[in-house]
Amino acid sequence: MKIFRWLGLAALALTVGGTAQAATIKIGVVLPFSGPNADLGHQIDKAFDLYVKLHAKDIAPHKVQIIKRDEGPPTGAVAKTAATELITNDKVKLLTGFVFSPSAIALAPVINKAKVPMVIANAGTAWITKLSPYYVRLSFSMWHPAYPMGLYAAKTLGCKTAAVAYTDFPPGKDSVLAFKTAFEKTGGKEVLSIPMGSPAQVPDFTPFMQRVKDAHPDCLYAFIPSGAHATGLMKAYGEVGLKKAGIKLIGPMDLVPDNKLQDMGDAAIGTIVMSHYAVDLDNAANKAFVAAWHKEYGANSYPDFMSSQGWDTMHAIFDTIKKLKGNLSNPTKVIAALEGWSTNGPRGHVMIDPKTRDIVQDERAMEVYRKPDGMLGVKVIGTTKAVKDECKILGIGRCK
Amino acid sequence: MPHVATIVVSILFDGLAYAMFLFITSVGLSVTMGLMGFVNLAHGAFAMCGGFFVVSLTRSLGVPFVPSLVIAATAVGFISIPFERYLYRQLYKSTDLEQVLLTIGLAFMSIATFTYFYGPIPKSVPLPDWLEGHINLGFRAFPSYRAFLIVVGAGLIAVLWYAFERTNIGAKIRAAVDNRRMAESVGINVDRLFTLTFALGSGLAALGGGLAIQLFGLTPSFAVLYLVLFLIVVAVGGLGSLKGTLLAALVIGIIDTGGKYAFPVAGNLFIYAITVVVLLIRPAGFYGRE
Repeated sequence: MKIFRWLGLAALALTVGGTAQAATIKIGVVLPFSGPNADLGHQIDKAFDLYVKLHAKDIAPHKVQIIKRDEGPPTGAVAKTAATELITNDKVKLLTGFVFSPSAIALAPVINKAKVPMVIANAGTAWITKLSPYYVRLSFSMWHPAYPMGLYAAKTLGCKTAAVAYTDFPPGKDSVLAFKTAFEKTGGKEVLSIPMGSPAQVPDFTPFMQRVKDAHPDCLYAFIPSGAHATGLMKAYGEVGLKKAGIKLIGPMDLVPDNKLQDMGDAAIGTIVMSHYAVDLDNAANKAFVAAWHKEYGANSYPDFMSSQGWDTMHAIFDTIKKLKGNLSNPTKVIAALEGWSTNGPRGHVMIDPKTRDIVQDERAMEVYRKPDGMLGVKVIGTTKAVKDECKILGIGRCK
Repeated sequence: MPHVATIVVSILFDGLAYAMFLFITSVGLSVTMGLMGFVNLAHGAFAMCGGFFVVSLTRSLGVPFVPSLVIAATAVGFISIPFERYLYRQLYKSTDLEQVLLTIGLAFMSIATFTYFYGPIPKSVPLPDWLEGHINLGFRAFPSYRAFLIVVGAGLIAVLWYAFERTNIGAKIRAAVDNRRMAESVGINVDRLFTLTFALGSGLAALGGGLAIQLFGLTPSFAVLYLVLFLIVVAVGGLGSLKGTLLAALVIGIIDTGGKYAFPVAGNLFIYAITVVVLLIRPAGFYGRE
């Protein structure tokens, strides 16, 4: 009897192999859909949906089935449960999304055991890609904007002293460390470092800003999660009068997310951010992307830097499906297909560094200004080409 | 670095403004808990609701900020009445757990509802020019909005104090907090008193919600995000005590602001340290009854 069972299994295996021609590939998407950071999830999710809608034909005869789960608060616990269920119950072939670093950090042991490739569409703590050979990051490392910002602040903006203020969780610490490393290497001096509470709750920023004002540095480098915190920080920055005191506000794009910029008012004007994306970026791929976005979500909805990452992430996944002819069952092959992947996307030329599985992209210094039509906008004032994650190049801390 | 005295004044000022926000938003919670013994975790939802009313009034209807605050507080006060009459009242005699389940459920439902209509992106309000500037006192400039918070807070304290201590209805409320059965037996309509104080508390929460937009930005999750803070103020102050809530708000507001200024590394430690110390020494809070 046993021989029949083996034969049956073999026949089954052959059948499965035969139908792999037109596969439906299950992809698990884990993004925050609830809580104060839900809009971050939506910014990426909309880009995912848009890409899938416009490019479904590219992977024909194969199809993708997207299964969405809530990432929950930035603690990692909910995300870990959601991703584990996607792997064990839904049998997804690939995971993507992940706004918060703690989610990616908490998930590493699960991914290493399950061997399911995970394409990170945001979570930016530098050393995350070191945690698993199945992690590929299409977004950025905190060092991508922060390190060039440190150089730019000291060299071009003429900051001699700087205070750093950050939301107290891994990407915040990472970001200010990157800034400090570059800033002090170029002769600048960090005079004050202020942790500003947890990412789960927007604090009253006034005392923090008051402290910075009293220390009177040339520049304030701030990192906050790109959600409700940004508006609160900007209000306090203006209210306490740091701008009037001549303390320049600089930081990553999270300070002035495109979809919250208009609400920030005059305090935001003159803020200088370093980022890989802005809606106004002048390249063909971005123009097409923004036009498609408006067509799908209305003229008042704008993509932001996270959406640009979401778009490129889904693009990379689709290219991988094409390259592997719909067969994503071998995780090593999936990762190999992603390594070295490159495109000209909304944020310009991007590439996956085959050595680190992390993104290589241009970083642009951008200044907030009032456009002739009265709206706030950002203009590019300097570009650093093909930036790699400096943390892994320098081998600092857990990036070793 | 400016003079130490300047820093102290500045911390006191910012702390006072923060304390006024805490007081305005928490006082309703304290009174409902003290008077009705009801654990109302949906208090933050009324605050959030008020905040969104202010957003809609100012942004869509062009009503100026200050009248919007008054309208929102009044509207939420009235809206809360049917909640008290038809939902809360059913559970006055129930256990704390049932009350908590009902009200936290309401809070979650309110978050979902407001997310549906307003979306999850934080909202802000357009302020009049006189609230956006600074008041310069020579040695230091203070943000006008903070000064406004202090003025509103002080005004409310005066009104509430007068209403509680000097009016007939205030005397009835105090009587009902002290001893409900006795109050009922001398002919006080405690049921109506409940409805009235509940509406007042919810209206004040809505005012707090409207005032908070400028401080934290407003998202639907405001309903639960700062609830712990309000509960701490109520617990430290003592249930049902106006004086206690004020004192707790002042202590927490000023010490938290000072702590954040001087020792930002400590995070929220100061708030929790105060809570632990006060409750160890006085388990019922500053002015609570054992």
